[in-house]
Amino acid sequence: MTSSTISIHEMQELLIQAVKKSTANVFSTMLGLDVEAGIAITNSGSQGPTDGVVSLIGLTGPWMGTGSISCSPQIACKISSALLLTEFGAVDEEVLDAIGEITNMVIGNVKTMLEEKVGSMGLSIPTIIFGRNFLTKCGGSSGWTVVPFQFDSEKLLVQVCLIQNDAGKQGTVGRLHRSGTDHE
Amino acid sequence: MALDVLIVDDSAAIRKILRRVLIQAEVPLGDVYEAGDGIEALECLKNNTVGLIFSDINMPNMDGIQMLREIKANDLWKSIPVVMISTEGSQAKVMEAVSLGANGYVRKPFTADQIKEKLAGIIE
Repeated sequence: MTSSTISIHEMQELLIQAVKKSTANVFSTMLGLDVEAGIAITNSGSQGPTDGVVSLIGLTGPWMGTGSISCSPQIACKISSALLLTEFGAVDEEVLDAIGEITNMVIGNVKTMLEEKVGSMGLSIPTIIFGRNFLTKCGGSSGWTVVPFQFDSEKLLVQVCLIQNDAGKQGTVGRLHRSGTDHE
Repeated sequence: MALDVLIVDDSAAIRKILRRVLIQAEVPLGDVYEAGDGIEALECLKNNTVGLIFSDINMPNMDGIQMLREIKANDLWKSIPVVMISTEGSQAKVMEAVSLGANGYVRKPFTADQIKEKLAGIIE
């Protein structure tokens, strides 16, 4: 299977499996935590959360777009505490750095898995945002493939939005209606 | 004999984790220097003698591949073992780093055992 033959649905399934595998591996290896993936969805709109930490990293190559991890400030502090073996009570520069690095590892490993199917891809340096009342949207596209992970009583979202880097050949991964697009 | 190590990564979190992992891997550490990119790393090498370098690939200002080129082109530094640690797991990146003289390659996420195993053939 090459980039020219892979369909939107195949890419979407590939993304979901890659995100689940990569996130579980990174959390287990670096944090000593087991996380359980929930039901993946395709979201056709802009993404929240309205409050919290969002880490974004760019992907380039035959398919291009953005990978993202978003969570509450409390979850960001817990992840950073587990990663750095230091207690964090509030989001600071170290917490943002830790979340950026987790994003780099999770999406970086997703990229490696995708490369087996679509060829060489590139990864940008992560950008991490902490704030309130904001939305994120992937430019040039309208959809995210979203995999939720249960973390304590809250959810951490790992999301990827990709379009094929050859206008007209394929569509946008995730540009599907919400109904009927849940994935086990 | 204590080993002076230079850790190059734009993430302070990863630099901190690598310090901890090197201790867990029972590496006999001497001084540990840190740099946030390739330019800072080369400056560090001008002023200090190190016996081992760990470096990320994706970094601002000067990435790990360019830094590796500069190190291997310098007579004073070219014998220093360099281990690349990156999420860049593609075969092309690994081959590029190896062809430029990298002594090892570890993909993130990593464990202390993986680091120890990788160093076994590099340091005595």
